[in-house]
Amino acid sequence: MARYVIRRLLLALPALFGLILLTFVLSRVIPGDPAATLAGDAATPAMIAEIRAQYGLDRPVIEQAFIHVRQVLTGDFGKSVFSGRPVAEEILQRLPATLELTFVALLIAVFLGVPLGLFAALNHNGIIDHLVRVVSVGGLALASFWLAIMLQLLFAMELDLLPLRGRIDVALGMPPRVTGFVLLDSLIAGRFDLLMNGISHLILPAITLSLPGLATIARFTRSGVLEVLQKDFVLYAQAVGYGRFRLAAIYVLRNAVTLVVTQIGLLFGALISGAVAVEAIFDWPGLGTYSVQAIISADYKALLAVTLVVGFVYAVVNVLVDVAQAIIDPRVAEDVA
Amino acid sequence: MMVLRVLLRDPVAALGLFIVLFAIFVAIFANWLAPYPNDAFESHLLQRLKPPSVAFPFGTDNLGRDIFSRVILGTRNALLVAVAVITAAMLIGVPIGLFAGWREGWLSEVLMRTTDVFLAVPQLILALALGQLLAPGIGAAMVALALTYWPFFARTVFAETRRLRGSLFVDALAGIGASPLRILFLHVLPNAAPAVLVRATIGMGFTILTAAILGFLGVGATPPSPDWGLAVSEARQHLPEAWWFPTFPGLAILVLVLGFNLLGDGLRDAADPKIRRSKR
Repeated sequence: MARYVIRRLLLALPALFGLILLTFVLSRVIPGDPAATLAGDAATPAMIAEIRAQYGLDRPVIEQAFIHVRQVLTGDFGKSVFSGRPVAEEILQRLPATLELTFVALLIAVFLGVPLGLFAALNHNGIIDHLVRVVSVGGLALASFWLAIMLQLLFAMELDLLPLRGRIDVALGMPPRVTGFVLLDSLIAGRFDLLMNGISHLILPAITLSLPGLATIARFTRSGVLEVLQKDFVLYAQAVGYGRFRLAAIYVLRNAVTLVVTQIGLLFGALISGAVAVEAIFDWPGLGTYSVQAIISADYKALLAVTLVVGFVYAVVNVLVDVAQAIIDPRVAEDVA
Repeated sequence: MMVLRVLLRDPVAALGLFIVLFAIFVAIFANWLAPYPNDAFESHLLQRLKPPSVAFPFGTDNLGRDIFSRVILGTRNALLVAVAVITAAMLIGVPIGLFAGWREGWLSEVLMRTTDVFLAVPQLILALALGQLLAPGIGAAMVALALTYWPFFARTVFAETRRLRGSLFVDALAGIGASPLRILFLHVLPNAAPAVLVRATIGMGFTILTAAILGFLGVGATPPSPDWGLAVSEARQHLPEAWWFPTFPGLAILVLVLGFNLLGDGLRDAADPKIRRSKR
């Protein structure tokens, strides 16, 4: 198992290195002179030359690429044009908000999607099955930004049941920062009012974000369970007299779950993408709103840094998923090794 | 023809096909179908934000334009963007997949590792960065989407080519002296075509959705284009009063993407006899 984990980690490295190079290429194809952009409108040629030297833009391209790789590896993403603060610092500040939102969305997707898929498969071609099929195709066709606005319109504006935007009521203020996750930090501070407030703010964005994931998980659970149900050992268990639900819980689900776990890795990418629009709509102070702000202020350093950080987190999640899969089903590790 | 018969037997896939054909029809005849075809760019401030009525079935927007007409006119944009993006992505991805799948060597290795790099970041994030760097606008958004979608075609074709390369009929063709190009384009590619077609259909839905998100975030279509994503974004400032303003353009996105996804699912089942609907 240890060998498998190391192997899997090594496999992720070339793609990450390639990503760093890709961001370098991207930063070089920007129309116009980056030094002139950084210097601003009122800059004299001397100031531009000074900035060019300061950022190493006067050196050969290969050398600049080396500098870029070294900077990224040491966590130096440059300064934001918008705020003047280091981009790495700003991203670190906002990353927990995005992770908290995506994690809760993922939980909703798994805890609703797996049972839905299971019931659909056990009720094959019945009403629940058709319903789940519609949900699982429809969920993937919904534009998250539109669903977000519709939910806001209904639950926050018309019915006034849930908060419209933000992570917590401004009047209450954030709990003291320990982990950066509002729910955990309020628990650590022992503030249940903050916890409830944080949850009420999470509901709408998390549901919006979870829907495509829920659809995917329901769909893969359904087809996975249907496949397992046709296996000989299931036939045997049925012949011996196991009830349907006992069969499902003990034999079928565990075998079908490997498929679902693979999906979680891929889903994480969809969730992070979805988070950009969802955060922008709910004013969620995470990486999504950060990248939207970066688009508006043409802050390319911030945008490229977000691309890198998301790529990195995505790679880590996929390694974790593969390892989890190998633990659930040891045959996976044997196949690769 | 056989594919069509299998498709029509499955009501869900048939619905997808119907939606897609209907959308193509609407896109072609948009100027005749829309009650106010000039509302693509004309504004009428006196009738701004009117609720749905007989004259304006979907209501009017913040500039007094008929939303029903703009949803119809927007169909053309959505389809054109998707077709252009997917075609471009195929033109990049399919040859790369064919080459890397056929030959083993450093170049194939580099090509497939490059695909991995592009797949290492979620498409939207990469498209956002690309779109912004290329100067925001619908053209840049399309280039960005094509540049982020080709790896899926490269992967699909790569897998198919690797699978077919060792098959008996390819050996036989090589044995009777067929050139590699002939084998690749006349024999391997047609066998990979169903997988590519399924990818392309699902990719159409995905592209329409992503293009709408880009438009919503301000990296795609620009006003006064009757873009659906853009309309939802413009509507935000007029809530909760004008509920109809974001609702109908959003529904249009939902229906069209749903159509492509249903059709893609049906095609996948039709192309793969192992997973016919009746069994699943």
